[in-house]
Amino acid sequence: MNLDIASILGNFYVLTLVKLGLVAFVLLTALAYLQWIERKVIAHIQLRVGPTRVGPHGLLQPLADTIKLLTKEDLMPPHANKFFFVLAPMVAVFFALSAIAVIPFGPKINLFGIETYMQLSDLNIGVLYLLALSGMGVYGVALAGWSSNNKYALIGGLRSSAQMVSYELPLALALASPLLLAGSLSLREIAESQSGFMLGFIPRWAIFQMPAPQLIGFILFMIAAFAETNRIPFDLPEAENELVAGFHTEYSSMKFASFFMAEYANMVTICCVATLLFLGGWYPIVPSPVADYIPSLLHWGAGAMLIFHGMQPARKWDKYTMPAFGVVFLLGGFVFLIPFLQPILLPLFWFISKVGILLFLFIWVRATLPRFRYDQLMHFAWAFMFPVSVVHLFATAFLVALLK
Amino acid sequence: MDAILFFLFAAIAVVSAINVVVQRHPISSALSLVGVMGSLAVLYLLLGAEFIAAAQMIVYAGAIMVLFVFVIMLLNAGSETSPRKGWLLTAIAMPLLVLFLGLVSYIIQRGFPNAPLVKFGEFTGGSPKEVGTALFTRYLLPFEITSVLILIAIIGAVVLARKEME
Amino acid sequence: MPPLPIPTAVPLTYYLILSAILFALGVAGFLFRRSLITIFMSIELMLNAVNLTFVAFSYHHKQVDGHLFTFFVMVVAAAEAAVGLAIILTVFKNRGTLAVDEIDSLKL
Repeated sequence: MNLDIASILGNFYVLTLVKLGLVAFVLLTALAYLQWIERKVIAHIQLRVGPTRVGPHGLLQPLADTIKLLTKEDLMPPHANKFFFVLAPMVAVFFALSAIAVIPFGPKINLFGIETYMQLSDLNIGVLYLLALSGMGVYGVALAGWSSNNKYALIGGLRSSAQMVSYELPLALALASPLLLAGSLSLREIAESQSGFMLGFIPRWAIFQMPAPQLIGFILFMIAAFAETNRIPFDLPEAENELVAGFHTEYSSMKFASFFMAEYANMVTICCVATLLFLGGWYPIVPSPVADYIPSLLHWGAGAMLIFHGMQPARKWDKYTMPAFGVVFLLGGFVFLIPFLQPILLPLFWFISKVGILLFLFIWVRATLPRFRYDQLMHFAWAFMFPVSVVHLFATAFLVALLK
Repeated sequence: MDAILFFLFAAIAVVSAINVVVQRHPISSALSLVGVMGSLAVLYLLLGAEFIAAAQMIVYAGAIMVLFVFVIMLLNAGSETSPRKGWLLTAIAMPLLVLFLGLVSYIIQRGFPNAPLVKFGEFTGGSPKEVGTALFTRYLLPFEITSVLILIAIIGAVVLARKEME
Repeated sequence: MPPLPIPTAVPLTYYLILSAILFALGVAGFLFRRSLITIFMSIELMLNAVNLTFVAFSYHHKQVDGHLFTFFVMVVAAAEAAVGLAIILTVFKNRGTLAVDEIDSLKL
């Protein structure tokens, strides 16, 4: 039995465990910092600055929040159903985090002689797996509302679950349309079918693909995604000033943190799915020779801007922290030019930047729009979203059958 | 490996099914039924039925059982009270039940002597493509009839559950 | 090392026996429980047991028709659950209780 690192890592179980550890670490850090990004972006849209005290520009705020949430008193409301009260956040987090297992982050890579996909497991029913998990996520919310022994939590939980179930239909139908173009249910194959360029410069993403460009499908999917993840404008069941925070009224400390984590994980998953199905996954927006320099140019531009802002500091510490970050970004720009790291880093850059743009859209909409009333929300789902997504699916199927 | 997975999920299915029948509160029964459906979905995967496993989780565990849970929460149907049964009834019924199930197992095993071993990956015809092809070619008429059936069910449910016009 | 006599795969009859056990438990729940909604859940348990039998035999004959039947059973179960739950809601509205011992006459 040879013990060199390639054969140990090449074993399927060890490789999957290593990938799992990496993805879990990156995902959990990203969830914590997503909260920081959300607070800063909403603050700047509202002409204030957000957290700035806990580290340079508030960068250690997620750490402070985690410590606060872990050390808070863990209340159990009287006469609550103890088993389900503890089970509900576990169920919510379990189904939210399991979805990351089928998301591919890039193409096949070759590292230390091991060839592997940048994906934890390539199910050939990947899209159905994600739909199943979003269906099961309803249980966490419903159980949380019911087991709290609180009228407002119960109503909030029931409303939220009814909303999630109602918007699953337009979500699934809007998801089915690019599947007709791609011809497979495996997420990796769907992303790979969007490679290449039409007319030399238009990328073959599903929103541009020729028998049936999926622009309307993308908009439908994003609206259904806002409703599925209980974000504004559809967050009546869990807003703080309605129904006393809805289904997570009675939760404190770690259980509340679990619900929060589940919500952000749902957001990240749905943005990844939207990127893979509609925006072409890890394929760049311009053809290859130009696209290889774009990440480096963007990083150098960001570094230059940070150093420039460091020269005219707005706050006392900016004189030191801004140039430090600027230097980090400049070095990062050079990392994207290393030839043997390019096949890994470039697709990852495009994927993460597209997901990041969609997450910014989620946060932007949260800061901008008011929320729907509950009956308006349900009327919108059944009287508008559902017929439009059915018609869109028919139109896509008709065009694909005619022209392919 | 297939055997370990089968025994594990079959045990979970049987324990959850016993829980459905035995639990007092309907919510516990409903959630145990979701557990049964989940373990059955894994058993379908072992039998090569990947589309049916996904459909089981999406339709059965993710939609039908959610409806059950809604109705139980809305109605606030509390625990049922059961009359005091004597322990004698349970002491006779349990061995009879085990005997009955043993008899059924023996009959099945005798009636099917050279049953094939179920190995994961041996049956590849359960992919969505195969199911879809069969659904739209050989089983087109039942498919259309079930869509009419769903329409009837929707209309019936809406009529039954709406408020009475006074 | 000689191969250990641990089975690595089970014969198909074990799946059929599991299906029989689940069906028997469903019938037991249907006969012995006295809340309308638990009876309804036992019916769903019986339907699931039958689905398992269909899929097992589809594996045996290496054809996809068993999966199709399971699909239709699921569709019918969904329609039945929708209408049945609407009926249960109406019964609860009119009688005030879900215990089958008390819903025993057509007159209110």
